[in-house]
Amino acid sequence: MVEPKAQGSRRAGDQSAIGNPQSAIGDYLRAIGAIVAKDLAAELRSKELISTMLVFSLLVVLIFNFALELDRNARENVAAGVLWVTFTFAGTLGLNRSLSMEKDRGSLDGLLLAPVDRSALFFGKMIGNVIFMAVVEVVIVPVFTVLFNISLFRPWLFLVIALGTLGYAAVGTLLSTMAVHTRARDVMLPILLFPVAVPLIVAAVQASSGVLLAEAGKTIGTLWETIGTWVNLLIAYDVIFLAVAFMVFDYIVEE
Amino acid sequence: MIETHSLVKTFGLLRVLRGVELDIAEGEFVALLGPNGAGKTTLLRILATLSRPTLGRVRLAGHDLPARADAIRRRLGVVSHHPLLYGDLTAEENLRFYARMYGLTNAERRIAAVLEQVGLAKRRRDLVRTFSRGMQQRLAIARAILHEPEVMLFDEPHTGLDQDAAAMLDGVLRDVAATGRTVLMTTHDLRRALALAGRIAILSRGVIAFDKPKAQIEATRFAAEYDRAING
Repeated sequence: MVEPKAQGSRRAGDQSAIGNPQSAIGDYLRAIGAIVAKDLAAELRSKELISTMLVFSLLVVLIFNFALELDRNARENVAAGVLWVTFTFAGTLGLNRSLSMEKDRGSLDGLLLAPVDRSALFFGKMIGNVIFMAVVEVVIVPVFTVLFNISLFRPWLFLVIALGTLGYAAVGTLLSTMAVHTRARDVMLPILLFPVAVPLIVAAVQASSGVLLAEAGKTIGTLWETIGTWVNLLIAYDVIFLAVAFMVFDYIVEE
Repeated sequence: MIETHSLVKTFGLLRVLRGVELDIAEGEFVALLGPNGAGKTTLLRILATLSRPTLGRVRLAGHDLPARADAIRRRLGVVSHHPLLYGDLTAEENLRFYARMYGLTNAERRIAAVLEQVGLAKRRRDLVRTFSRGMQQRLAIARAILHEPEVMLFDEPHTGLDQDAAAMLDGVLRDVAATGRTVLMTTHDLRRALALAGRIAILSRGVIAFDKPKAQIEATRFAAEYDRAING
């Protein structure tokens, strides 16, 4: 039933069956693309992650809206904080599930058995997490705008959200890979993640707040003078954690 | 094809493997028996590049571990009691995903071939979560042979299968072995090990306590020999 192995031709056969080793970058990118496509296809069928993250983030926004009965001034001051609390909490939920589902099904081993640099697994999972967080953000931003009566449709704010989401997904994917091997993994990820993500969250909240207050004419100086430092901090954080993940993921993911 | 010398693996203070010596030639089918906790799965995980040895030397398909793990993974197929499949994808989508991970250039032809080989061609567009355990295990074998590996590692592949599914899996295992691949399979089933493998090894308390070709083993006395190996 199984086709016979051609004696002595296996090594030569590697070249026909397996892509040319010289195209290592192509293989690397193909592996990242395969993981992202697989995660999206599986999520489109199950809707397990997105629905959990969406319902949770909508509830957080609603609870904050009813809990904080604020005038317009106060709302503008707390809006950025509420927005990032919502994004980070929902993101943590998704990050936790994304890796733990692989571990529970045993399919994490399947990924680790693939002959690609293991950092490709990190980037594949991280891009998937960024996409899931972005889907939640696309829904939450208009809902937030309606409930808090503050327009979030500002290009600079979208840039801040994109940089913050990338950094949070990067550090979150890295730490969830560590947490997934522990017994109390559900609580372990927030315990590991929140302290490490503090600089990112502070920068994201300050930059978002700066954009919103600048639009309301409540800042001194230009928009870039208000948020430039925080945006630079977000970029630096993203670059540092992407580089760290690239270097250490191989060691983290192993037993 | 598979060589381990003085292989030691410790988890904290627990020494699971205490100097495993194993040498498997190309094309051999070796069944590795042993009680729970003997270190069978740990040994297979090291050979599968999923875990690093603490001490000792491991060579697979001519490459040293862990230095040449990437090269070894290209030549290795692994089937464990977890099928390593995604329930929300179809059989075909699962194999296509792994084909991309292995960088196969002839993916569609190989996918069609392996699905035919394990008898799942008609179910290729069905979600894997609708498959029985036996079908999932056959698809796991299809996944493992997709990139035409030289070495196959099976970690208790019959776990959770009913008699019919186990018998069907035996047929697929025989076919895989008949292609000249080197096979190492862990199992608790003495009769099945004797029926499938050409050589039997017993791992007990972290060392190989018994290692003989099937031709030198008397089937009726093997259970007693097994008891002696694990208790002696």
